[in-house]
Amino acid sequence: MSILEYSATELKKKLEAKELTSVEVVTAYLNQIKEYDGEIRAFSFVNEEEALNQAAEVDSRRKRGEKVGLLAGIPVAVKEVLATEGQKTTCSSKMLENFVSPYNATVVQKIKDEDGILLGRTNMDEFAMGSSTENSAFGATSNPWNTDYVPGGSSGGAAACVAADMAPLSLGTDTGGSIRQPAGLCGIVGLKPTYGRVSRYGLVAFASSLDQVGPMTRTVADSALLLQAIAGHDRLDSTSANVEVPDYLNDLEKPLAGLRLGVVTEHFGEGLDEEVRQAVNDSIEVYRSLGATISEVSLPHNKYGIAAYYLIAPSEASSNLARYDGVHYGYRADEREIWQELTEERHRLVADGDERSATSPLVKMYCKTRSEGFGAEVKRRIMLGTYALSAGYYDAYYLKALKVRRLIQKDYLEAFKEVDLLIGPVTPTPAFKTGEKTGDPLSMYLGDLFTVCTNLAGVAAISIPCGFSKDGLPIGLQLQSPQFHEQQLLRVAHMYQTQTDWHIKRAPLAS
Amino acid sequence: MKLKMTDSTEQKNGSLPYEMIIGLEVHVQLKTETKLFCRCSTKFGAEPNTQTCPVCIGMPGALPVMNRRAYDLAIKTALALDIGIPHFTKWDRKNYYYPDLPRGYQISQFDLPLSEGGKLEISDPKGGFKTKNVGITRAHLEDDAGKSLHDEASGKADTRIDLNRTGTPLLEIVSEPDMSSPQEAKGYLTELKLLLTYLEVSDCNMQEGSLRVDANVNLKIQNGNETVYTPIVEVKNMNSFRAVERAVAYEAKRQYTVWQETGLVKGQLPKQTRGWDDSAQITRAQREKEDASDYRYFPEPDLCPAVITEEEIASYRATLPELPGAIRKRLQGDFDLNPYDADVIVNQGQGGVDYYEELAKECGDGKQASNWFQQDVLRKLNESETTFAEFSLQPSRLAGLLLAVQKKEVDTTRAKDVFGVMYEKNLTAQEGMKELGIEQVDTSALSDLCKMLLEKNPQVVEDVKSGKKQAVGALIGQAKKANPNVNPGEVRKVCLDLIEQG
Repeated sequence: MSILEYSATELKKKLEAKELTSVEVVTAYLNQIKEYDGEIRAFSFVNEEEALNQAAEVDSRRKRGEKVGLLAGIPVAVKEVLATEGQKTTCSSKMLENFVSPYNATVVQKIKDEDGILLGRTNMDEFAMGSSTENSAFGATSNPWNTDYVPGGSSGGAAACVAADMAPLSLGTDTGGSIRQPAGLCGIVGLKPTYGRVSRYGLVAFASSLDQVGPMTRTVADSALLLQAIAGHDRLDSTSANVEVPDYLNDLEKPLAGLRLGVVTEHFGEGLDEEVRQAVNDSIEVYRSLGATISEVSLPHNKYGIAAYYLIAPSEASSNLARYDGVHYGYRADEREIWQELTEERHRLVADGDERSATSPLVKMYCKTRSEGFGAEVKRRIMLGTYALSAGYYDAYYLKALKVRRLIQKDYLEAFKEVDLLIGPVTPTPAFKTGEKTGDPLSMYLGDLFTVCTNLAGVAAISIPCGFSKDGLPIGLQLQSPQFHEQQLLRVAHMYQTQTDWHIKRAPLAS
Repeated sequence: MKLKMTDSTEQKNGSLPYEMIIGLEVHVQLKTETKLFCRCSTKFGAEPNTQTCPVCIGMPGALPVMNRRAYDLAIKTALALDIGIPHFTKWDRKNYYYPDLPRGYQISQFDLPLSEGGKLEISDPKGGFKTKNVGITRAHLEDDAGKSLHDEASGKADTRIDLNRTGTPLLEIVSEPDMSSPQEAKGYLTELKLLLTYLEVSDCNMQEGSLRVDANVNLKIQNGNETVYTPIVEVKNMNSFRAVERAVAYEAKRQYTVWQETGLVKGQLPKQTRGWDDSAQITRAQREKEDASDYRYFPEPDLCPAVITEEEIASYRATLPELPGAIRKRLQGDFDLNPYDADVIVNQGQGGVDYYEELAKECGDGKQASNWFQQDVLRKLNESETTFAEFSLQPSRLAGLLLAVQKKEVDTTRAKDVFGVMYEKNLTAQEGMKELGIEQVDTSALSDLCKMLLEKNPQVVEDVKSGKKQAVGALIGQAKKANPNVNPGEVRKVCLDLIEQG
């Protein structure tokens, strides 16, 4: 077997047994990136030199018999949205094209503390807004299973690099499905932990009450490994939960007796692709054969999820993205152009005898900077959110959405009284073609139908590969658990992978 | 618009043709070591932009964490202002664009503030206004913005931003519009500052910006049978209590004049912001902040709500010191002081009150202690520019001197000299009197001196005998000349006795 065929968990064993060195592992991945990322474009930055140095350093420590961390020597790809000291943290936006973070996100620091190797930074939809990675200011990422198709988003690069064997472990972020949807479309495992399970410190905020960092990996065991490294309370994040972190790896193999799975009625309605329906139904049968009880449950407010999500998330985003104003850091519009436009405006106004309505240089700088620095989707959401929070509209939009959110949370609490986990599709369809939905934002938004409610409710969910369409595109299965039940979620997902080999299948990369 | 503002606005009998309605918004910087949401220092006066971190300068991804100490101080203040403490309070974002606000929003409290509905009693011992309670609408915590330094000296009109102040904890205390004169406004501010000083929650230094005041002013005018209100104006940029007093007075006159000219009343104009120009002694219309009209408040998702139990509130209450209003009343009761004297003592702060109380208790005469405290102790304190903590003349020693005065061992005039020498040379009252050679003149020596004086002054003896007892006064000066230690009262008494016997 070649290095690239090992899962991270297997690599860990080989490294511990000194059958492999980290330098060998990192070199193999760097070569794979060199060979294939020109086509896939999963990485926005490859940390080649530093990764090799770090790998050599870990190898020598291991050789000397020193204690090494949980991820010692294993490469980890990091999504652009996670602040990394000394590296450009661009959020795939022109706005932060040259922004170098002065500090590490807590999750990045934890990877370093556990001796994981920072392999590079992965492409994403600008500021994590999108479902296809087409909104990156630096070019779209392709789906390794078929490069005409999108990898999903916003963690498209994070998913594609794992699917294309360019990284064994990858960190994504999920605000409304941004880990699970690309994991599903790329045929890998993606875990969105409970809100508060993983620190958000250094995760550049899109929607603070929904954002969460999580693992994107080939196997469920690998996700357990990566979650183990990043989970836990952080005094730098008030919203991180002070809840004990269990040992996700130890219990993974324990079969779960008396498992009750709930099939969400609302996830099997109109709009669900037939192939996806079939693959998910087959998966349910796998669980039934393993002794699980299957019952139907209802999340009656699920249908309002998209509407509530696309008010709450943009509202928070409109405020979170206000800091990109050209004053302190990041992109600023060209000053000569600003003055030139102001001069032209003044001439116009003088001619009209209306000099007093002239734009101030400061306002002009703000407007021009933000018009030029942000892409269309980001601006669309800032406008949506600004509108929803405005005086006179707040009650009808933002406040109403918060009420719906509460009802959605209640739905989940009710459902979890009946069953242990929810089971269903991740997306209504397999991956779509690049460019297919860019002109129709609403249809893009509707693709988040099965994932947004997880974030609104703050519960955990995992996406695992469960089949392929006749076109050879991966299909994902989603399992959702109550808050802080990641251990159970991982065990149940792992049970599936012991019975199936979807996760073993590799993308047919053109060499 | 140039306004002619003469005293014609005041009617002949001295009363104004309108009532002022004044509400004050006070921003107080809380005395914490570190900022409200990060661990940067709050020390004033450091080099620009040296007390910053990713959190307070709004770096992408950085998150706020509440400073518990700031919350403690805010709760303490709210309790002292008799404000109800809700068990649940949350944070909200106030969104606006400004270069010294790097996050693009201020973290404040909008609809569920830390505290609501309190009061502060204000009074003027000189009788400038009647004692009244000023309602406190609310108090809430928020973080401060940075400072914009408009450098126009170079001719380039550059603006430089200093973010050291960004994130400093502010407590905003909003009063009800309960004040109706500039004197009351000043009285409120003085009392509030005193209270905050006693609580040790803020330095209250207006020059350093640790206490900032905005005033909302309008007028109630009786126009024939109709009562009208002028539009509310917010006055900013006042850097002393005196300035507040003047700005409010000016603003009232200005509004009256404008109303006379335009007839515009509240509701017909949006709320205006004017800045006080201290050198010109006028208020000027200010350019409104961009988009100031809609702050798009919404709950701050990066912070958890702060929750407090009844037991915790009780334990905070237990840590409150005795407050100025209560001390004033107690001093009046315990030491028989009038309101004015009690006020002067309380205004010196806790150190002054402690000094006075010890002095009064040890000498047993509150009034005497108050006089010495106000005239001699405070004068010396001012001259030496020290605080009570550093003042070397201990109250117990000064009480010894006051007791000596009571026992007539030394007269008041000489006692002032003793006070001076006690202070200079760090002496007890007895040592001080000895230093100045003051000692009791024994009865026979006094008697001998008086006999001698009467013999020398037969005219005085004659006058007294004919009924003009006050003539003996002429002898007192001579007696003091002969022996500075004699007690004038006793000289008088002995002389009169001798003449009577004589």
